Amino acid sequence: MRTIIPFGPQHPVLPEPIHLDLVVEDETVVDVIPSIGFIHRGLEKLVEKKDFQEFVYVAERICGICSFIHGMTYCHGVEQLMKIEVPPRAHYLRTVWSELSRIHSHLLWLGLIADAFGFESLFMHSWRLREKVLDIIEATTGGRVIFGSCKIGGVRRDIENGTLREIAAKLRDYAVEYKDLGNVFLNDLTVKRRLCGVGVLSGPDALGLGSVGPMLRASGVAQDMRLLKYAAYGGIDFAPVTAEEGDSYARCAVRIGEIFQSVEIIRQCSEKIPGGAIEIKVTGLPEGEFYARTEQPRGEVIYYIKANGTKNLERLRVRTPTFANIPPMLKIMTGCQLADVPVLVLTIDPCISCTER
Amino acid sequence: MIESQDFRETTPERLIGEVQGMRDAGYRLVQIGATRTEGFEINYSFDRNLEFVNFKIRLADNTEVIPSISGVYWSAFLYENELHDLFGLNIKNIHIDYQGHFYRVARPAAFAEKPPPPKIKRAVKPTAGTEVKET
Repeated sequence: MRTIIPFGPQHPVLPEPIHLDLVVEDETVVDVIPSIGFIHRGLEKLVEKKDFQEFVYVAERICGICSFIHGMTYCHGVEQLMKIEVPPRAHYLRTVWSELSRIHSHLLWLGLIADAFGFESLFMHSWRLREKVLDIIEATTGGRVIFGSCKIGGVRRDIENGTLREIAAKLRDYAVEYKDLGNVFLNDLTVKRRLCGVGVLSGPDALGLGSVGPMLRASGVAQDMRLLKYAAYGGIDFAPVTAEEGDSYARCAVRIGEIFQSVEIIRQCSEKIPGGAIEIKVTGLPEGEFYARTEQPRGEVIYYIKANGTKNLERLRVRTPTFANIPPMLKIMTGCQLADVPVLVLTIDPCISCTER
Repeated sequence: MIESQDFRETTPERLIGEVQGMRDAGYRLVQIGATRTEGFEINYSFDRNLEFVNFKIRLADNTEVIPSISGVYWSAFLYENELHDLFGLNIKNIHIDYQGHFYRVARPAAFAEKPPPPKIKRAVKPTAGTEVKET
């Protein structure tokens, strides 16, 4: 007998509102119909009234987790349109803050997934470690979530080279704790039973359904927008973290691997960062159209910017990683057990605030 | 490094064939987005190993019929419902059609309204005892 069970928009496992109609036969989910749009804010439309330089503040507020990368992607797009040469030091600082964002976002996700499968102490332990990263962010930008440090033409704040080396050393120490944390997620028997073989997504399916980020890389596809060499990534030695299994465990393993990768990228930045200015003066107005693509913790984000030579942009279109990962989420939920639904929803690392920009 | 921006013009009649070609060539559907200009522009973006390709359709108004590509890329249904709800675009045969209920917005097709004309004059904030001027 088929039954439709409404899941969300208010649900203990959901920090933000998304509604799913779960069509179940006994305990098996046979179909899922998503519904979003509970908190659509129309921020894209606001660009018609805000000065293009002021809009960086709005772009940062599209998301409460990967806020810095939203602002940076917007700046990157406008800078490409206006052919602005950002100082190399600013590129390195942007890379450092991007990677700090990635570490804290992945630690946040690890806490949420632990909470979803009922491991409360692991949840608290993950968030305790996240606080230390937020402390670094607060010390270097003044904000914990909204950094406000990116601007068109560079960055607003500098980090002294000595401080940067201290941060890299601190993160190296924290990495020991990250390793202990990762060991629980990857080796604990009860955790593995909740993640291994659950929500398998093959590589061809992941590509065909438009997956991005860890969701795609956990299915064996080594695609990472940082390979486009925006910011300072052209001067950094790194390779996308991938896994082959395509299940929830693989998605967890990819995110844990990326935490260590981010620590290593920040170490490289602390050694390679050049001196010089952190911003240049911006003159003129943007004209033309450009797609800026960067890698957020959740995956590829796209900013389409169309400008007509006035101070107001003609169009800003933001395609967030969660939006792209909804179809693959529906795919992995079809055929799953009802008890696995919260875990599967969380394995895409949903950010509805981003999606409903 | 500046990413290449490959824009190719197409029409609603040729759209399905072009998209099927991208699917057969192993491209991933990246996004579908619209822009309000004098009419409407729709961009279909694809990626294969960081090679980024866009197809652009220009429409005189939002009553013109556009075929859905959700038969080729199933995941397109989200983007197409979004285009319908925000821009009022007339997309036919969407695989999962929410009939205008994808987004719960206060005003239907709010993004179809033309943006206000750019401000040419800027009012100078008056100070006490001075005459108000425009620059």
